Amino acid sequence: MTEASDIYTFEILRYDAKTPEVEPAFSSYRVRVIPGLTVLTVLNRIRDELDGTLAFRSSCRAATCGSCAMIINGKPGLACRTQVAGAEKRTVVLEPLPNFEIIKDLVVDMAPFWETYERIKPYLVRKSADPEKEIFQSEDDRQRIDQFVNCVLCACCYGACEVLRREPDYLGPAALAKLQRFMLDSRDERPDAFLRSVDSQTGVWGCDTLFRCIDACPKEVRPTDGIVGLRKKLVKYRLKRLFGMGDGHES
Amino acid sequence: MVQHDVIIVGGGLAGLRAAVGLCDKYDVALVSKVHPVRSHSIAAQGGINAALANNPNGKDDTWEKHTFDTIKGSDYLADQDAVEIMCKEAIKVVYEMEHWGCPFSRFPDGTIAQRPFGGAGFPRTCFSADLTGHVLLNTLYERAVARGVKVYYEYVATALAAEEGVCHGVVLIDQVKGEVIPMLAKATLFATGGYGRVYFHSTNALINNGSGIGMAYAAGVPMKDMEFVQFHPTTLLGTNILMSEACRGEGAYLINNKGERFMERYVPKAMELAPRDIVSRSIQTEIEIGNAFENELGKYVHLDLRHLGAKKILERLPGIRRISIDFAGVDPIDQPIPIMPCQHYSMGGIDTNASGETVLKGFYAAGECACVSVHGGNRLGGNSLLDTIVFGKICAGSIDAYLSAGAITPREAAVSRKKEETAKKIRRLSDEGREKPFAVLEELRKTMDEYVGIFRTRSELETGLQKVLAVKERYKGVRLTSSALHMNYELIGALELESMIDVAHATTVGALLREESRGAHFRRDFTKRNDEDWLKHTLAAKGPDGELSISYRPPVITRYQPMERTY
Repeated sequence: MTEASDIYTFEILRYDAKTPEVEPAFSSYRVRVIPGLTVLTVLNRIRDELDGTLAFRSSCRAATCGSCAMIINGKPGLACRTQVAGAEKRTVVLEPLPNFEIIKDLVVDMAPFWETYERIKPYLVRKSADPEKEIFQSEDDRQRIDQFVNCVLCACCYGACEVLRREPDYLGPAALAKLQRFMLDSRDERPDAFLRSVDSQTGVWGCDTLFRCIDACPKEVRPTDGIVGLRKKLVKYRLKRLFGMGDGHES
Repeated sequence: MVQHDVIIVGGGLAGLRAAVGLCDKYDVALVSKVHPVRSHSIAAQGGINAALANNPNGKDDTWEKHTFDTIKGSDYLADQDAVEIMCKEAIKVVYEMEHWGCPFSRFPDGTIAQRPFGGAGFPRTCFSADLTGHVLLNTLYERAVARGVKVYYEYVATALAAEEGVCHGVVLIDQVKGEVIPMLAKATLFATGGYGRVYFHSTNALINNGSGIGMAYAAGVPMKDMEFVQFHPTTLLGTNILMSEACRGEGAYLINNKGERFMERYVPKAMELAPRDIVSRSIQTEIEIGNAFENELGKYVHLDLRHLGAKKILERLPGIRRISIDFAGVDPIDQPIPIMPCQHYSMGGIDTNASGETVLKGFYAAGECACVSVHGGNRLGGNSLLDTIVFGKICAGSIDAYLSAGAITPREAAVSRKKEETAKKIRRLSDEGREKPFAVLEELRKTMDEYVGIFRTRSELETGLQKVLAVKERYKGVRLTSSALHMNYELIGALELESMIDVAHATTVGALLREESRGAHFRRDFTKRNDEDWLKHTLAAKGPDGELSISYRPPVITRYQPMERTY
């Protein structure tokens, strides 16, 4: 069993919003690691066996639920999907996601993230009456939304976004990618005029196209593609309005 | 005191569907210990069954045939009236989810695609690649946002308040604020998930520990059929992450260390697509007779996808490929996946009828935490997502009928008393004892794996029972590192551990008493099904003395007389 096990040092940023007078500081834990162990497994072991006060979120441990986003050795990622043995150094530094307030240790207040999500009306909008059976959709149309459907709302992209650092009202990559997921859905009937709600510097024009979100995404979603797509649609919509072609529906 | 018409505990598919069904008419609070989109429903991969008859090879499928397959799969322990309701309703809820935006995979004619699954006579499993739970959960959460459902996330339920046979609400810990909060309601629904994490090896999310079932039991609602625990045949070696039945649905092989497709020796007709209980036992047998591979992570066989080709794997099983690469370093396009069977699904749960009602007035349960029973002794793949949505919807209807029937005044004093009880428990866990909760939890989990597993015998179960009772004693000596109430996951774990012990106790006793083999419950000392003595549900209630008390109830049989279950 004990082939290639190694001692790793975990440096974890600790802070408790309940005691703001105590500055954030790193706690250090030494843990024996065998190949195959993920950062989340080690976090659980630290909490279970070494320090019961350590706070972090987790649920599925299989990179599907999006709970355990954090900064791992300087990069945003899911703790459950990150192998410890793959790290270059014997030290793993864990910090909470940036662009959020810390609640405790690695747990951040996600409320602003969920607010941006709700602002884009993240649901299928229909005007037509529902058919008796399914609304037909070709597999090609289904695949157009595929990458955006894969988003697990972990907020890695939100934490990585440079724009959000200076502009906290910016909708951010995840919410805009979600909007594109619906705008591209052949079944969605929201009017193109809905795009006006994101026609601003806190909307689609806020993005600096630095692609940090794409690098940060653990599910291979490319939020920038979504933002660029929305921009194109918005320009088209403006032109249509200019030529008096009214408020066309998404086809 | 905070009051709502309805409190729903659990933000997975069952809870969300109930909330969406009630929120236009009532003041509904959805309470969840994680944000709803983090719920375990998200991990379901393979699909959801409904007799849509879209598949060219399934044109003759009907909801009645789905009903029959489900009852046969249950080894005749399911309540047939409930199964009929579920399979009939299946068609409606799948279309409803599609209308709400669920991005199902499609056939070339634009209809919802359907694939074959184990134990089913027709290809009737609707899916979205291998991320079906992910898309269904997101779609229902989106619907809840559209309807403005009030969500209390990261609130953990600690107790159900019941007095004189009526439910008055729940006690919660607000994890962010760090407060114990009593919450009053005219009706309460539990949709809190299964008890997989009572086992050491489980495919379940870490949050699925059966705490809701334990809370209901403590409030006087019996647990039903707890000994029926599904062991999934194909879980990734090491992490036990699920490798969907969809792999075999798409044509994957199971191969032992001799290079044989060994299912040929067990179920030559259905092969890899025999029901889960049978395939799990076949793999376990291969492991025991020395036909397994072995490395430092354990013994395993191969799930081989290679002959499906890269295109099909990338199109139909992209999630499986990703998981294999990320968690086992294996690309299934080039290499077989190392798998082993382990705990996967809880057939047992809170005793409800086909309307989701319990013995407690105003208290309902739906989804994996509930035992209606539609799965009986063994659940078919593709029926759990279905169960959650159908019975979430049905519970919404039952609660509506209950609230419409007359004025109900929940008792504040009843919830206050329960709040005091929670506060007292926390004080006890903070002041006395000296053992870390995790040490006790680990002992419980290892006991369940070793003594209440895929194959069972009287002597092993007796040992298991003694060990569970010893764990119960040890629990009294548990002590927390910190008594803080906010973001104290150790505290939540320690409170939930009490429920887990009750759940494990009922599971072990049920298995020990049931001297037959049925569905997922396999006794090496009683290898045959015995309808004469054991065609009945096990009910485990908290007796007047506080001790576990067992009784039995026959299943509802409508049209399908028990027959031998062959595949």
